[in-house]
Amino acid sequence: MVMTPDAEGSTLQLRDVRKSFPDPGDPVNRRLVLSGISVSLAAGELVSLIGPSGCGKSTLLRLIAGLETPDSGELLIGSEAIRRPSAERGLVFQDPNLFPWLTVRRNIEVGLVARGLLQEKKTEVDEFMRLVELEAFANAFPHHLSGGMAQRVALARALINHPKVLLLDEPLGALDAFTRMRMQDEVLRLWSARRSTTLLVTHDIDEAIYMSDRIIIMTPRPGRIDQIILVHLGRPRHRSNPEFLQLRGEILELLHFAGGERMKSGKAHAPIM
Amino acid sequence: MIVRNGDEATAVISPPKPPPVSVAASLRTLSIFAGSVALALVVHLIVARNEPPLEMRFYTIFLGSVLLIAVITAPAQILWARLRQFRQNLHPILTAAAFLLCLWEIITSGVRLLPLPYFPSPAKVLHSLITDRMLLFDSTWHSLLLLLSGYAFGVIAGLITGLCIGWSPPVRYWGMPLLKVVGPIPATAWIPLAMVVSPSTMFSAVALIALAVWFPVTMLTASGISNTRASYLDVARTLGAGRGYLIFRVAVPAALPNIFIGLFMGLGASFLTLVVAETVGVKSGLGWYVSWAQGWAEYGKVFAALVIMAAFFSTIMTVLFKVRDRMLVWQKGVIKW
Repeated sequence: MVMTPDAEGSTLQLRDVRKSFPDPGDPVNRRLVLSGISVSLAAGELVSLIGPSGCGKSTLLRLIAGLETPDSGELLIGSEAIRRPSAERGLVFQDPNLFPWLTVRRNIEVGLVARGLLQEKKTEVDEFMRLVELEAFANAFPHHLSGGMAQRVALARALINHPKVLLLDEPLGALDAFTRMRMQDEVLRLWSARRSTTLLVTHDIDEAIYMSDRIIIMTPRPGRIDQIILVHLGRPRHRSNPEFLQLRGEILELLHFAGGERMKSGKAHAPIM
Repeated sequence: MIVRNGDEATAVISPPKPPPVSVAASLRTLSIFAGSVALALVVHLIVARNEPPLEMRFYTIFLGSVLLIAVITAPAQILWARLRQFRQNLHPILTAAAFLLCLWEIITSGVRLLPLPYFPSPAKVLHSLITDRMLLFDSTWHSLLLLLSGYAFGVIAGLITGLCIGWSPPVRYWGMPLLKVVGPIPATAWIPLAMVVSPSTMFSAVALIALAVWFPVTMLTASGISNTRASYLDVARTLGAGRGYLIFRVAVPAALPNIFIGLFMGLGASFLTLVVAETVGVKSGLGWYVSWAQGWAEYGKVFAALVIMAAFFSTIMTVLFKVRDRMLVWQKGVIKW
């Protein structure tokens, strides 16, 4: 666990969070998606969340973002309860979701415009354009960008609000393998510069080990926390380092053990890359 | 460490340059065009011998000057590539137009295939157009005023109701059934009622045009707003956006392509309603002019008014296209126009 005193991030605590959705096939009972999630993130920590499809990872992120409300339980940023979406919790999806009618620069400015801070923080826009190395594309429209560039814009757009918590929902999932590895370094660079508390949902075990301080492994629906693995490797990490590979093997075995029953049911859940 | 290359290549956009047109090819198309105009002129001069010369005069001048321009610009384009390109693109369609005019004159004045006076020759139409220009100009002006005021009211009302219905579920619940029942009634079907209720024909005409525009604009705005991608709204919320931002800076721009479809449909409906309103009630405008000229059996004037209408309506349509192209410039490269 990394603790940095000058982190922009804030602690994040989840206490026994439950969430269910109405089941379209069953009007009486609701479908439980998350059952009793409790976990604490230190300020500035980078934690990965892995688990089979449909285990509620994205729902958990939406709860923290304030886009959904839990059935029961508490979500706290520092000592404040999460009630609604706010600029202090940035969310980046797999699809960059850039606004196609705005140029790259205007997309990055969205958070400042929405909060009426554009005038006083104009210089910061330039700073963030530089940070993600997109100055040359300031006036390009999003459909002219490659996948990796678009995702960098999405990151800059979230980071310009100086979020206390950064929520990344498979942000690199749609990129090809090489771009993806480059972007992992990019995210790490941005994270170490800013130290927002970061929660990263991923399907990629390598990515989880390469990037995070801790890895939370979730069970299939209803999602619970199965294991929390501490990644005790120093940074920068090497993907071919024996310790890295050993940890990878351990996690694979763990997931395989956890996934043995599911495979028999005929439905292919594949948290393993 | 970041290593990036190749990313940037995708961002370069430049329109393809048209291939240069050879002088010989352009002279060939030019001679075909000049020939077609010359043919029209010869046919006209032959046919015009049996007609009153005063009515034929303008058309003779018109064809003569077109022929003159065609011949004069021939040497110019050898030196000027831009002009060559322009004429190369336009010539086939202009040649076809010249042939069409020629054919029209043969059928009407030439062999009298169509009953007179209902189908005047192009020469007579041009004569009416020029001699009655003051009244035609006045009628066009009145039509423009009526159209623009009706269209403006209809668009404003349509945008407001569309926005409310698209954004707010309770408004949609109550508003949508009303819209679906009342909206499809053609605006012109309200004319009998409008005549009884309204204080003036001008007022009722504006209201009817506004009604005709209001329905498609409301419908398309509402569907555009309510189909805004949920993830755009989610992203905006997590960036600190309030309700005003979500509506006017996310939902409205996202719905703009749809809104423009509504604006185009509304414009078509407004043309129709305008002409009908002017024909049956309003005592001015192009619609009134057509029925008035028809009453005097001056079909040259009827056709002249139709020519003006074609130019008038298509100009307004073009203006709206230009506005769309400007406002939706971000769509360039995303969809084909």
